[in-house]
Amino acid sequence: MYAGPIALWFTLFFVAPLIIIVAYSFMKKGLYGGVEYEFSLAAYHALANPNFVTITIRTLLTSIVATILTILIALPCGYFMAKSKNQTILLLLVIIPFWTNFLIRVYAWIAILGNNGFLNDLLNRLGLVKDYIQFLYNQEAVILVLVYMYLPYAILPLFSTIDKFDFSLLEAARDLGATKFQSMIKVLLPNIRSGLFTAVLFTFIPIFGAYAVPLLIGGKDSYMLGNVIADQLTKTRNWPLASAISMVITVVTTAGVMIMMALQKREAQRQKESELSGSITTMEEIDSASEIPAGTGSVTGGAQ
Amino acid sequence: MKGSDVIIEGVSKSFGDFKALKDVSLKINKGEFFSLLGPSGCGKTTLLRIIAGFETPDTGLVTFDGVDVLPLPPNMRHANTVFQNYALFPHLSIFENVAFPLRIKKVPNREIKTKVMDYLKLVELENHAHKKPSQLSGGQKQRVAIARALINEPSVLLLDEPLSALDAKLRQHMLIELDKIHDKIGITFIYVTHDQQEALSVSDRLAVMCQGDVLQVGTPHEIYESPATDFVARFIGETNLFDGTVVSVEPVEHPKAAPNETMVTLDIPELGRIKVTTVDTVAPGMKVSFTIRPEKIAISTEKPSLKRNDINLFEGIVDEPIYSGFQTKFYVRLSENAVLKVMKQHSNYSDEGPDIVWKDSVYISWSADDGYIVEVKQS
Repeated sequence: MYAGPIALWFTLFFVAPLIIIVAYSFMKKGLYGGVEYEFSLAAYHALANPNFVTITIRTLLTSIVATILTILIALPCGYFMAKSKNQTILLLLVIIPFWTNFLIRVYAWIAILGNNGFLNDLLNRLGLVKDYIQFLYNQEAVILVLVYMYLPYAILPLFSTIDKFDFSLLEAARDLGATKFQSMIKVLLPNIRSGLFTAVLFTFIPIFGAYAVPLLIGGKDSYMLGNVIADQLTKTRNWPLASAISMVITVVTTAGVMIMMALQKREAQRQKESELSGSITTMEEIDSASEIPAGTGSVTGGAQ
Repeated sequence: MKGSDVIIEGVSKSFGDFKALKDVSLKINKGEFFSLLGPSGCGKTTLLRIIAGFETPDTGLVTFDGVDVLPLPPNMRHANTVFQNYALFPHLSIFENVAFPLRIKKVPNREIKTKVMDYLKLVELENHAHKKPSQLSGGQKQRVAIARALINEPSVLLLDEPLSALDAKLRQHMLIELDKIHDKIGITFIYVTHDQQEALSVSDRLAVMCQGDVLQVGTPHEIYESPATDFVARFIGETNLFDGTVVSVEPVEHPKAAPNETMVTLDIPELGRIKVTTVDTVAPGMKVSFTIRPEKIAISTEKPSLKRNDINLFEGIVDEPIYSGFQTKFYVRLSENAVLKVMKQHSNYSDEGPDIVWKDSVYISWSADDGYIVEVKQS
């Protein structure tokens, strides 16, 4: 009964737009934008263009590298937040960036990294650099800003699972012969799997659909799929192609989610074989996890 | 190598303003079942964590077989811990939990298998190897924790209130199991508990701690029978405790008397004059604390015939009898402000006399040998 409103919401704002995009991707391009209601595979043929393939691979690599970096930074952050006595303040510090508009924060990085920006100015005054260093408009800058933008999305779920982690397990591991590093890898990480899973999805999915960051921070060689979609929509006015590319994003992210779910399911099955009770929690984790990426995917697919 | 002797010398530890340990020294022998007993906050767990390597003392020395272990991290010490909350790894099966130390050491698989099964057999859990910790009962989890702590063949096993989460019956059972395991392996056990019954029943020796100090070290018998301070007397078992003044001291002329044993007459405001033997050096006029255990006091409705001159006899009224199956505890009022606890076992057919009930007039008596002067007060 209570499922009614949420079902309506999903249909209106998630399923319907998705159907429209799928439908558009199989139609003919309108002359001045829009579509003509006629079946066509032209958009998908256009995807085979080596240009798109390069950009797709680049987008994938950028997303993977940025996600790995984000997680590597977020893990120790989440760990120390969970251990800290000032959790509320630290949490606030993580959330504060959200009070500022997304674009403003991207422009802030331009102000920092630009040729006349803060960093170059500082290096100049210190006499370390004569002219300026070109920090902006390359792949590294894009990854840096992407990591910055999505770090909170990784820290928060990691923090909340690490916070529930029983730290005496680490002492037990140390007591039983593990080094500090071994105790982290063999005891902490397996026990915060669900948080890691969420953190990866929360960063990978939006980064894969990134638009503003590569547009403002990147150069020509850091174009990502999100930028191509925007170009197709606004400049080339090829809506079917834009839809087809966004289908690629949806398919790749869905595939990623499915793979991770399958991994978790296999784990659950292994536990079920051993017997009942342990596996119940993992099944719940899968259910809750599968809802999150679906929602995020729809938001990021076209917007940013 | 089986077991280490553990020497703790002048160990102090503070947490901020709180002094958890004040210059503690202990010598724990090779293969001993040694307990650290005290109320919560007495520093016993801190001391255990220092031995394990989780805390560093501010001052002092900890050695295993003469080797200073303080510079070593926990994973380099030949001591393993059984944690109060078990600390089993929830993501690993029972088998893998026990195998964990061996996997860290990169022991070959086949060897791991036989060894883990051996240790699971030791704690009678060989049929649960494939289960997850969440599927086990508290007692079973505790046994896994013990097997896991033993598989590295440590020379010292540290047990941090390992039974406190179990119910009373299971605790008794596990205590016997622990004792058996100790007999079988013969390594040094250091056992932290706040439960005096546990400590008395399994320890070879124990240390009673209070507010960061070790008050007394001795065998369970010594601790129970001749407590060194009034805190120890009160903490270990039930007792009657009074303050008094020494009136006179005479030598004991008795073939079984200990050397320098004396018969002391005390003046206790609530009781009057009583006799007690002691080996402590006391002199008339000294203020002392006196204790007599409830089970050392005889209670009867008829006046007992006194054949010896070292019996303390009082008359009183039963304020309250507390029946608990195998025994009854009586609160006997001797005067306005003197109530003594007396324990009477319900033993067997030879028990004589009518039942003692509420408001009965009774005689209570005890031998001077059974009372103790626990503390000589400076004044």
